[in-house]
Amino acid sequence: MLLKLDNVKTYYGNIRALKGISIEVEEGEIVCLIGGNGAGKSTTLMTISGVLTPVEGNVLYQGQSIVAVRPDNIVQMGICQVPEGRMIFPLLTVMENLDLGAYLRKDKNGIKEDFERIFRLFPVLRERRKQHGGTLSGGEQQMLAIARALMARPRLLLLDEPSLGLAPILVDSIFETIRQINEQGTTILLVEQNAQLALQFSHRGYVIETGEIALADSSTELLKNEQVKKAYLGE
Amino acid sequence: MIAVGYTMIYGVILLINFAHGEIYMLGAFFAVTFISLLGLPFYVAFFLSMACCAICGVLLDIVAYRPLRQSPRLAALITAIGMSIFLQNLAMVIWGSRPKPFPNEALPAYFEKTAVSFSGVNLSWFHLFIFGVTIVMMVGLNLIIKKTRWGKAMRAVAQNQTMAALTGINVNRVISYTFALAGALGGAAGIMVAAFYNSLYPTMGYVAGVKAFAAAVLGGIGSVPGAMLGGVVLGVAEAFGAGYLSSLYRDGISYAVMIIVIIFIPAGLFGKVLKETKKSM
Ligand SMILES: Nc1ncnc2c1ncn2[C@@H]1O[C@H](COP(=O)(O)OP(=O)(O)O)[C@@H](O)[C@H]1O
Ligand SMILES: [Mg+2]
Repeated sequence: MLLKLDNVKTYYGNIRALKGISIEVEEGEIVCLIGGNGAGKSTTLMTISGVLTPVEGNVLYQGQSIVAVRPDNIVQMGICQVPEGRMIFPLLTVMENLDLGAYLRKDKNGIKEDFERIFRLFPVLRERRKQHGGTLSGGEQQMLAIARALMARPRLLLLDEPSLGLAPILVDSIFETIRQINEQGTTILLVEQNAQLALQFSHRGYVIETGEIALADSSTELLKNEQVKKAYLGE
Repeated sequence: MIAVGYTMIYGVILLINFAHGEIYMLGAFFAVTFISLLGLPFYVAFFLSMACCAICGVLLDIVAYRPLRQSPRLAALITAIGMSIFLQNLAMVIWGSRPKPFPNEALPAYFEKTAVSFSGVNLSWFHLFIFGVTIVMMVGLNLIIKKTRWGKAMRAVAQNQTMAALTGINVNRVISYTFALAGALGGAAGIMVAAFYNSLYPTMGYVAGVKAFAAAVLGGIGSVPGAMLGGVVLGVAEAFGAGYLSSLYRDGISYAVMIIVIIFIPAGLFGKVLKETKKSM
């Protein structure tokens, strides 16, 4: 088991955002977490990344608890997040944004290789490399955000709503890229409101409702599930 | 130079560090203490005092500001003012409240000598020293911020602390370094000013701090080149004001400039660029 959340409860003051979440992610999988607005998806990812600390429960990464470990140390351990809204550094250039992705790495040659790999994956970033992050379009910013996370060579990549605010054609290409990244060996935990898409591109899925896991199954089963169809697939 | 310290810290953690002027005051007192008590040569005392100011800056952050990082901005602001008053009083207890002369005999002898002179204006080696140190620090600072890994981390923390942490930056450490750098610069400024005017006193940081704050506001707070330019403009405005009106108005001019800027161009000279980029996001 690469990642395991065990009865995790995270609060904002007295707002109970997560009321006991349990999730498991195996090495090599794409697991999705779907749910409506305010269900607690982003809170789950921020708890894994160490930005938020749960009041109860445990987060295990490779069998080791990472609760109360600093976010930068969690990155060092191999967990990277592409947060909701992309959070590009707007006043840094594309190149500088990518450099920061590799902030903790010292292997110069490996970093160089990864730049090449990323520019193969997202050719547009090579053209824009001297531009400020804030001047990129939404789609380009999403690519940059994913690329920046990949620069850390994560073992586990957390993606928070990569489809948000993107044109449908772009969404497909971003998801194709996500699949490619997974095939190259990175485990992915994907958070989405777009359930249809997320279930098509993942192996397993969890449905989260108001801070609790409502359903858990393989993605193909969830796509057929009546409850999911009604609530999330608009059928 | 103090203006740059202000703006750097504001730029990185959006905190107006009112105690920064006190670091400048401490810089002067440390240097004088090292010279008169330990008999250290000027240059050694200069660098040692800068180092102490860097440490003070970091301690200030850890003791006063870090515990309030998640609290409302106002709490940190009030703490900053409190720390400023505390440090002033601490200095009064340690060194007395009377102005002290700078031990001029410790300055290298050639500082007095004229280095260059043209059309009746004589510049001593001391002028050149101040000028040189200031230029080197400003250029160095710009290089650090623009080119180094750490400078990049500083700018990242300034733009988005959460995201900076998610790229693996130790946010608190970067903030500590920023305070250290700002402290060292402020300390250097304090020593040079105290030596130049041959006087140092516990409240010297307060007046200088207000002026530096005005310069930073004028330049567009958060912008380092803005603060540098703001400092120059303010210095010229003061000199003219003192020349044409009365030297009594000298300090008033800083306040006047600050008020005018806040009313008419709240973003400052360089702040505008920042705002527009943010809009286009
Ligand atoms: N910073 C915050 N302060 C207080 N409440 C928050 C904060 N962020 C999120 N919440 C609340 O926590 C719940 C879960 O939010 P979130 O994890 O962002 O949901 P999702 O990502 O699924 O849309 C919501 O009820 C939201 O209002
Ligand atoms: Mg969310």
